[in-house]
Amino acid sequence: MLRKILGLKVLPRIVLLLMCLVYFLPFYWMVATSFKDNAQLSSFPPSIFPSPLVWRNYVDAVNYIPFLQFLVNSLVLTAGATLGAMVSNSLIAYGFARIAWKGRDALFYVAIATIFIPFPVTLVALFDIFARLHWIDTYLPLIVPTFFGQAFYMFLIRQFLMGVPKELSDAARMDGANELTIFSSVILPLMKPAIAVVAIFAAVNAWNDFLTPLIYLQTESRYPLSIGLQFYRAEHTVSFSLLMAASTLVVLPVVALFFFFQRFFIEGVSLGAVKG
Amino acid sequence: MTPANRRNLKNGLLFVSPWILGFAFFQIYPILYSLRLSFTRYSGFGNAVDIGLGNFIRLFQDPLFWQAAYNTLYYTVLAVPVGVVVAIALALAMHQRVREVSAYRALLYLPSILPLFALSFVWVVFVNPRYGLLSELFRLFGIDPPDFIGNPAFTKLGLVLLAQLGAGGPALIFLAGIQAIPRDLFESAEIDGAGALRQFFGITLPLITPVILYDIILGLSYGLQVFTQAYVITAGGEAGASTAGPLNSLLFYVLYIYKTAFQYTEMGYASALVWVFFIISLVMALFVFRWARRWVHYEA
Repeated sequence: MLRKILGLKVLPRIVLLLMCLVYFLPFYWMVATSFKDNAQLSSFPPSIFPSPLVWRNYVDAVNYIPFLQFLVNSLVLTAGATLGAMVSNSLIAYGFARIAWKGRDALFYVAIATIFIPFPVTLVALFDIFARLHWIDTYLPLIVPTFFGQAFYMFLIRQFLMGVPKELSDAARMDGANELTIFSSVILPLMKPAIAVVAIFAAVNAWNDFLTPLIYLQTESRYPLSIGLQFYRAEHTVSFSLLMAASTLVVLPVVALFFFFQRFFIEGVSLGAVKG
Repeated sequence: MTPANRRNLKNGLLFVSPWILGFAFFQIYPILYSLRLSFTRYSGFGNAVDIGLGNFIRLFQDPLFWQAAYNTLYYTVLAVPVGVVVAIALALAMHQRVREVSAYRALLYLPSILPLFALSFVWVVFVNPRYGLLSELFRLFGIDPPDFIGNPAFTKLGLVLLAQLGAGGPALIFLAGIQAIPRDLFESAEIDGAGALRQFFGITLPLITPVILYDIILGLSYGLQVFTQAYVITAGGEAGASTAGPLNSLLFYVLYIYKTAFQYTEMGYASALVWVFFIISLVMALFVFRWARRWVHYEA
């Protein structure tokens, strides 16, 4: 029986487990460090298994910086960017996938090509443009652009919509439904899985975003967690245990999201991989 | 044009209009505007003063520009091939037919979606030459641990290793590529007596060359844009006007653009840096595409 389960696959399993171990080590160290007190932090050689576990570090980490404020800000930014991505990309992808119009495919190739425009190219000029609009130190530069579509997400939803039978739309058109009705009552219910994939990727990306809030936000009370984490070393000493506790708290929601929606992540990557 | 065609054109444009507007306003206009700014001296306040090619002449005499370009190329040239090899290795492991393989796939993929700003802090703690776990492992094997944060010879190498935490993403794309290879190719190779190694180099590798190209282009783009890790590890280069890591070894190109534009508020000079970056990125991508014609197999 044991032989049947393991079969000849002992070696692949060992390799896989070793790989997972290597990928797990930095995160183990993050969590282990988060539970150490100062004596354990500075003991040499380092203690691999922290003991005692200092749970207080998590309380201290949250109190050391305005953690809750930063958390709320991160959530607001993430919600805004996710909503923007869901609304805009589903409309745009519909236009590129479900309506036959002259010049459509050429324009779509232009959209795909923009994936390869490195974002630093617009960095400096966009800042100046938003400054003229008095958008600096507001969430507008971080959220408004997400309502205008992102090429990769458009591509994902379009890819999905190409697989939905054309006859569905044609039947509705015969019945005299206009395009917006077809979109909202026929296609939208079908494209929910694709929109979910985009929502999840957009949420993770917004949560993880560092450079954009760094550039546009100046008032401390508006910072998201990505910027707020810098404060743990504001004074020349860095409290590594608090920093690691905070890092654990920041990483955790993404891990949770991943385990809840694993299927969507993997689907999203393979939807995107079709063109590879 | 028939009325139906006209209606479709109107509706189609209406649906994609958010993208057209965004493309024009957030991409085309800023790119052209930064071209205009690159010929000026401009602090972000008041008027931009025309200085012709001044910024571009200055750029060639600016040691920090060369340092940033060198660091970025050094990192990219190292990170791209290492990234491809690691991703393929992960994909091959993910392809093993063991029952719980989806759990391994999930675990190996997960780090690639975690926030880089947090991972960078974790990296600092993980590789600390005295108290870090990695250093402890080095000592376990009797090797003096390298200082990935303080020794300029190792800082970029360290970031290449850190980037491999994200290899699970491309690995899934490689996995999809490997799974798309018809089984009977391997079966007939096996009948001919080809071992695992020959099957890999004879079948798998040639048939995933399109994915390799895709990954190189993506890796090139990420590599040239490396920013967050360097910013976090060097604390934004706050310790001194131009320091970014020991001996400026982590002064990457985008970090230099950031510092020039937002710390020194030299928007004109930063725009010139941006345009040089744009052109270098394009040239490198075109070079890769041309070079790829020699080794990418499109017949499957």
